Amino acid sequence: MGRYLSMKPSAKMSKPTSLFVIFFSLFVMSEAVFEDQVGKFDWRQQYVGKTLFAHFDSHSQSSKMLFLATDKNIFASFNSRTGDLIWRHVDKVGPEGTIDILLLHGQDALMVVGDGRLLRSWDTNMGGLNWEAMLDTGSFQAACFVAIQDTVKHVAVLKKAVISLHYLSNGHQKWVENLPDGDAVQYQAVYSGGEEEVYVLGVVPNSHLTIIAYSLEDGEIIKQRSVEAPWLSSVESSCVVVGQGMLMCVDPATLALYTLPIQAEETPQFNQILLQSLDLEVSPSFQPVLVSSQPHPARSPLSEFFLQLGPDHHVLLQLNADGYTIAPLRDFQPAFLVSFATTGEKTVAAVMTPKNETACAINLFSADSGRRLLDTTVIFPLDLNGGKPHKLYVHAFLKKDDSVGYRVLVQTQDHALTFIQQPGRVVWTREEALADVVTMEMVDLPLTGTQAELEGEFGKKADGLFPMVLKRLSSQVTLLQAWLAHLWKLFYEARKPRSQVKNEVTIETLSRDEFNLQKMMVMVTASGKLFGIDSKSGSILWKHYLENVQPNAVFKLIVQRTTAHFPHPPQCTLLIKDKDTGLASLHVFNPIFGRKSHIALPVLPRPILQSLLLPVIDQDYAKVLLLVDDQYKVTAFPSTKNVLQQLQEMSSSIFFYLIRSDQGNLSGFRLRKDLSTERIWEVVLPTEVQKIVAVNGKRPNEHVHSQGRVMGDRSVLYKYLNPNLLAVVTESTDAHPERAFVGMFLIDGVTGRIIHEAVQRKARGPVHFVHSENWVVYEYWNTKSRRNEFSVLELFEGTELYNSTVFSSLDRPHLPQVLQQTYIFPSPITTMEATLTEKGITSRHLLVGLPSGAILSLPKMFLDPRRPEVVTEHSREENLIPYAPEMPIRTEWFINYNQTVARVKGIYTAPSGLESTCLVVAYGLDIYQTRVYPSKQFDVLKDDYDYVLISSVLFALFFATMISKRLAQVKLLNRAWR
Amino acid sequence: MASVPRSFLLLSVIPTILILCVDFACCNTGRKIGDGLDTDFSGFSVPLEHSFEVDDVSRFRMRGALQLRGGRETSVSLSQSQLSEEDRNTLKEVAAVDGLYKIRVPRVSLTDRQTERQMDGYLTAFVRACSLVESHLSDVITLHTDVSGYLIGVSIVTIPGACRGTEVEDEVDLEAFNTTLTIIAPTNAPQPETALFIERMDIEHEKRGKPQEQKSFFAKYWYLILGGAIFLMASSSAQPSAGGAEEQQS
Repeated sequence: MGRYLSMKPSAKMSKPTSLFVIFFSLFVMSEAVFEDQVGKFDWRQQYVGKTLFAHFDSHSQSSKMLFLATDKNIFASFNSRTGDLIWRHVDKVGPEGTIDILLLHGQDALMVVGDGRLLRSWDTNMGGLNWEAMLDTGSFQAACFVAIQDTVKHVAVLKKAVISLHYLSNGHQKWVENLPDGDAVQYQAVYSGGEEEVYVLGVVPNSHLTIIAYSLEDGEIIKQRSVEAPWLSSVESSCVVVGQGMLMCVDPATLALYTLPIQAEETPQFNQILLQSLDLEVSPSFQPVLVSSQPHPARSPLSEFFLQLGPDHHVLLQLNADGYTIAPLRDFQPAFLVSFATTGEKTVAAVMTPKNETACAINLFSADSGRRLLDTTVIFPLDLNGGKPHKLYVHAFLKKDDSVGYRVLVQTQDHALTFIQQPGRVVWTREEALADVVTMEMVDLPLTGTQAELEGEFGKKADGLFPMVLKRLSSQVTLLQAWLAHLWKLFYEARKPRSQVKNEVTIETLSRDEFNLQKMMVMVTASGKLFGIDSKSGSILWKHYLENVQPNAVFKLIVQRTTAHFPHPPQCTLLIKDKDTGLASLHVFNPIFGRKSHIALPVLPRPILQSLLLPVIDQDYAKVLLLVDDQYKVTAFPSTKNVLQQLQEMSSSIFFYLIRSDQGNLSGFRLRKDLSTERIWEVVLPTEVQKIVAVNGKRPNEHVHSQGRVMGDRSVLYKYLNPNLLAVVTESTDAHPERAFVGMFLIDGVTGRIIHEAVQRKARGPVHFVHSENWVVYEYWNTKSRRNEFSVLELFEGTELYNSTVFSSLDRPHLPQVLQQTYIFPSPITTMEATLTEKGITSRHLLVGLPSGAILSLPKMFLDPRRPEVVTEHSREENLIPYAPEMPIRTEWFINYNQTVARVKGIYTAPSGLESTCLVVAYGLDIYQTRVYPSKQFDVLKDDYDYVLISSVLFALFFATMISKRLAQVKLLNRAWR
Repeated sequence: MASVPRSFLLLSVIPTILILCVDFACCNTGRKIGDGLDTDFSGFSVPLEHSFEVDDVSRFRMRGALQLRGGRETSVSLSQSQLSEEDRNTLKEVAAVDGLYKIRVPRVSLTDRQTERQMDGYLTAFVRACSLVESHLSDVITLHTDVSGYLIGVSIVTIPGACRGTEVEDEVDLEAFNTTLTIIAPTNAPQPETALFIERMDIEHEKRGKPQEQKSFFAKYWYLILGGAIFLMASSSAQPSAGGAEEQQS
């Protein structure tokens, strides 16, 4: 970026600057990114979500591919050397796209999608779809490859009442059979050991086990057995197949293993082996788990298997050749995780054991003997701010000397993936928690030490004239020093080639840049992991995992103290609320370093209904957070004496509102001196007619520069700028297309006065809306015309201001004028936000996230209810665009060019130090950060600004005047002599 | 009772005036009970209650009765009595401590008269007591209904709305309410104006589409030819541009 000019257009955009406006509007039209700007101010990170299934490409030895299926319905391939995404398939959101199972064989990846809706085969090399087959209805139970004579040709899919066999090559169904007695028996597993039969295992809980053998050829039932098993409740959770088709089950009640040969001809019986007889002991209240491995679908599973006896206790056991006795091979205690891996003919077991506080060790053991393999230890560093290891995925391979080498992928509870290679090197880490960002804030970076010192000077108490002068001088000297050091560094680095100068951003070197364009993004994810991300580079600077966060928790992130109050560190508070119980807890931390702060937290024994951040600050410059519980009692945080005193003084002017959408009830409260509350207004929207779907106030950090709009006849139309205004959106309970409607209520949050009440007929949600300044923009679905529509509401006080000095909700008796216009929008949208700048001079744009992943920067100018239907002299003077019912989408308005953001969920905007520039973060599955300039960069000099030309012209003019002055003098003198 | 002015003795006034939907009317003193009430008036009456206490604990008392009539032309009128001396003093005291004056109406439906179903709960609104006193009890009460005629909210403002701390000396000013009553139903938000736009486009099209007299080829396209010639000249003499960065912020 070139040099910045610190001049901002000081003129209000009001009266004499209509030319200016025209100018801007021309700029607006030509907004786009040039090729050489790509990636300069923006970055995108792609994520996939929490891993459900992971497979290494074992097809060829040198393959670098790693395949993942995740809870976000994504099937993706990674480069295992770098952790980069190779390709990714994003399926439908919700149960329709859930991945039930991922099986890998050779170059084919088999996937059952949508609870047994579809069977898909992918080509793993390119990521292309080989084929897709619709499956019969019924919920998915299990699937496995079926092989004959060492070649895998089929896949069997077991559903609740049906089993089907499909060809691997084209997905065609070979046969489908209804399962007998489907109502009583729960079929849960399907097994094939490479013979001519496919076995289906079902259970009648606590009664008996059913084994059905189907002929591979035509799906005929060859045999059907029923075995007494009163102790068995689920095959899925307590049984595995080991060795030559031996079903191995564990019963936590009797503490015994049961074995049963599946393929036995006569009516078999379970053979009980007490764990006691093997000298094994299960940890109290722990459900033992069996882990087995079937390296190749054409062969039977290994006869070795793991039995987990406690949270950190595993035993490697072997089923003897007689099929009835079990021999313990090795006892692993402590051991967090175990996993089998096969390469060639060798199968190994990887075991993760705790090493010390900060690391775990992973070792390989030979599966058939339980012996430890030499030189196979790798160290997994445990992040104190991360989660515990959750799952191991091991990729074993044969080295040149025929010994087994391996790489391992560790999944931790915070959804992070860490890839480790021998000898103990972390190759890459992916923070998949970022695939589900819930809320975020941008915090200014702190000042550098010298800047802070200068700032600190003003904060301190004055102690005499002379010491103040000295202090000022000393700080000026330090500034000079810093500047000289900076110059020296520039000079020094100028000699180095450019590529080497690239300095890494670390948490120590973080400091605010000249125009506050670099900020700290604090992101809260659904898994309870917090991230601090540098907005310039996108690198994660800190992370903190909050354990014990419920999966249905609701988060609210509040910046209580910004960076502006040196030496007090900035402070963020995260309110974590359990959705069901409403009980809340607070996590207070420093947003720059991510460290938890040691402030005493208030006790919150009751469910929290509402939290509000007051502009009141305590003696440490932290804003006061008020938490309202279900008995309408208020807790203040921080709750020092100073704060409580201030609250008492201000109590009569602190109002807040509560909304119970299930009852359609909106009510307002006022704080009393004793911190109890008093209900002062109540509005009830009957739930039989409509339900409240969203409520939105304005952003507290928003600035509005001009109080009004200058009209064509030079009079001013004043905006109705009520900071307490709430936009309440309702949807009708009646879903009939003719009678459905969307309601838009504008309610004053202090007095409960309904400022405006409008109904959009024949409309349906989902409604997306933005509420800012004096306008509300909302988008809905028109059920009659079957299209998306945008509507804009603007509120004006009129040509005279009631009270121009201060706005008080209590003293504004006249209702504002409301103007509204509606437009057709040619695309559905997923989210919407408005740009925000430092002083609010720059014109506003709406940032619209589209389902295609594009982010549209739509000028607010197009959403202006004063757009005239018939162009007049006045409207032309005002530079209003004539009304057109359709809103255009121009491709140059896409701020993220080809960097689509999959499943955009939210857009966050933050002002920068430059008035022209607004920082934008779009998050969803991906995270995209960029800058937008709604009025172009009017306060920035161009990159190619010609300094030489300007200065040479200046110098030339200067010398020309000097010379001409001299010449004039000579001439005058000569004339005088004459 | 010396301080009680004559007008109080004359009548215990209940003003009633019928008003139409979204229209309003002032309910002044000076009319007798039942003056505007027709016998076949199919409306119904709900109480309007108010509360003003020094300790800010709500104790609602009767202020008047709202006559509501639903149907095609929703109308509302208010009959209310004067404030008693005790009430006036309380109101002044409340105003002195910056207390609130609250009103409430029960939740009712204007259209659903057959069921006579009174939903539980009230709709409440407030105004600062001092502004009510300083405006000499001139208040504007607005009732809001939703699409199906349920009352959803009530609001009260005074005109003027500010509290300037001016003393209200004359007791007469605090006797009777000077109420403006309005009932507001939701407005219909506009649909995209496609019809008008198409009409306008058609007109423009017609204008443009008027047959023009036949001109010669050069007379018709001289500007294109001239422009092309200039462009050719310019492009042949101009140097190639140095890339996107230069154009970027021009």
